[in-house]
Amino acid sequence: MTAVAEPTNDTSQIPAPEGSVTITVKILRFNPEIDNEPHWESYDVPALPTDRVLNLLMNIKNYADGTLSFRRSCAHGICGSDAMQINGINRLACKVLVKDLLAKEGKQTTVTVAPIKGLPTMKDLYVDMEPFFEAFRAVKPYLIAYGNEPTNERYQSAADRERFDDTTKCILCACCTSSCPVYWADGSYFGPAAIVNAHRFIFDSRDEAAEERLDILNDTEGVWRCRTTFNCTDACPRGIQVTKAIQEVKRALLFKRT
Amino acid sequence: MSESLTLDKPRSPRRPAARRNNFELYSWAFMRISGLALVILVLGHLFIMNILDGGVHRINFAFVAGRWASPFWQFWDLAMLWLAQLHGGNGLRTIIDDYARKDTTRFWLKMLLYASMAVILVLGTLVIFTFDPNITA
Repeated sequence: MTAVAEPTNDTSQIPAPEGSVTITVKILRFNPEIDNEPHWESYDVPALPTDRVLNLLMNIKNYADGTLSFRRSCAHGICGSDAMQINGINRLACKVLVKDLLAKEGKQTTVTVAPIKGLPTMKDLYVDMEPFFEAFRAVKPYLIAYGNEPTNERYQSAADRERFDDTTKCILCACCTSSCPVYWADGSYFGPAAIVNAHRFIFDSRDEAAEERLDILNDTEGVWRCRTTFNCTDACPRGIQVTKAIQEVKRALLFKRT
Repeated sequence: MSESLTLDKPRSPRRPAARRNNFELYSWAFMRISGLALVILVLGHLFIMNILDGGVHRINFAFVAGRWASPFWQFWDLAMLWLAQLHGGNGLRTIIDDYARKDTTRFWLKMLLYASMAVILVLGTLVIFTFDPNITA
């Protein structure tokens, strides 16, 4: 980082509620119509300890610079729209509280916000998710069953449901895939999220296409590229044991059991 | 973005169909097994060569000739040579696959890797089996 002072932006219009502290939010901004490459911009934002990073971004967008672009939808950690790199770690902006980011007493707090890596940045904090969803679609993430349709529900025991419970929690936010160093280096790797969603059906007792999906993941760009760095498990906002799921797929391939 | 919008069938699969071969599986399993074997072979080799009874100072032509008179040490060294070459070569193959940016670079780096592996394997095997203890200087 060079010693050149970064331009500060006028944030005086942002309302400062009682008990708020001013923290610096550094955002990696990029406008493809003007900029050749992304650059950092700083905003001094009043924040309550109970605020989420998403609140800070909304305040900047509403009161300081309306051109700031990012995705967000439900704002309650379930739609998976606002995955971004917060202080260098992939997180959902709506699930990170300011109180967990505050610097030690008397020191100025700086929060850096950047788009997730490995997917092309389109503007500011949002990326082109198409390569991510392409890998997701390629593992056939839907129930495949042959034979006659049952007249009632497809029953499943509690134990059979438990087998893949962890991977049903995925919200496709791309935190895991965009934290994977193998995915950064090689975008044709399926990535953790696609493998998690394949796992969800491979180990489902009602599904009959486990072989098909295992064949897909046995290929050059499949599970064997995983180096078990555990970045994905650390990044997952839903607490899915992603690396464990990938290892279970490897084991199923090695020992041909699902 | 414009690229994905001009696609004829944006939802059609863009990946080649799975090839149904187990090469990546076997090479993954090979890395685990050969790694374990190499721990024993290489640490044993280092222990015998560098620490046991006099260590590195007793190594000379006669010492090597004496070792290779026994098929056991011939086999030990041969196993170490082959496993280390294939293990290291396979590791480098994955690294090249990860970090080469162009297909042509990837191809030529791999060819260089395979050629050097072949030279070392052939040369090493040849020396182990055709070693002549009565060679004259």
